Amino acid sequence: MGAKGEYYPSKLIGKVLKIFCISNFVFDMVSFHRLLVVYPWTQRFFDSFGNLSSPSAILGNPKVKAHGKKVLTSFGDAIKNMDNLKITFAKLSELHCDKLHVDPENFKLLGNVMVIILATHFGKEFTPEVQAAWQKLVSAVAIALAHKYH
Amino acid sequence: MGHFTEEDKATITSLWGKVNVEDAGGETLGRLLVVYPWTQRFFDSFGNLSSASAIMGNPKVKAHGKKVLTSLGDAIKNLDDLKGTFAQLSELHCDKLHVDPENFRLLGNVLVCVLAHHFGKEFTPQVQAAYQKVVAGVANALAHKYH
Repeated sequence: MGAKGEYYPSKLIGKVLKIFCISNFVFDMVSFHRLLVVYPWTQRFFDSFGNLSSPSAILGNPKVKAHGKKVLTSFGDAIKNMDNLKITFAKLSELHCDKLHVDPENFKLLGNVMVIILATHFGKEFTPEVQAAWQKLVSAVAIALAHKYH
Repeated sequence: MGHFTEEDKATITSLWGKVNVEDAGGETLGRLLVVYPWTQRFFDSFGNLSSASAIMGNPKVKAHGKKVLTSLGDAIKNLDDLKGTFAQLSELHCDKLHVDPENFRLLGNVLVCVLAHHFGKEFTPQVQAAYQKVVAGVANALAHKYH
């Protein structure tokens, strides 16, 4: 992956963290919802979540919100451990492969959705450099989550 | 993915009507070159691409971006025949420009980001879903004549 300095110039890490802290709440509420609406086949992993029959049903679904929050908390751990993503996500990777049987392509989709949400929410702050830093981060998280797949 | 409902088409054309193709084009191509720096290899003749601000201010990037989005605007008028619309461009990108078709998907993702950035709350999940279909359809159409 390369050293932190090479991939994430330090001023960008600061911006990434600042945005993440502000956006935590935003992400909780909407990132999982958006994934399930924009890429409807992802709903297949959430049969037990109840009513996913429309965008507004998905938005109001408490299980979607709760799971979104869980995912985002985990993402927050990633940001604190950008040099060690494979280790940070090792157990989650095994879980998603062995128990949940999630196609790793979906991790990229969720990552892209998160970048889109940032774009909708942040105006001038969402500069090309910030977009680049986030795109690298979500790609790296997706790779780390796929790492234990077999 | 591939089939556009009447509702999709209405959503897509309504938003596109508010897009400044020149500005969005420059923004989209510029961000592609910043976010995915290896794509700069296709634009050696464009001059200074040495930093994000150089790229975003580069007049050739803006001009080419406008060209690309104008072409996309044509696609939006022909959503039921993207392969036909992009047949010649597909051959050009394969035979003359040698562009890896994966880059079309990247450009599509960046365009969705630029639209999201510009339209904010208006870029709802439903609008995004419609535009993801457009960019996926265009990427496939552009790759269609590859051999």
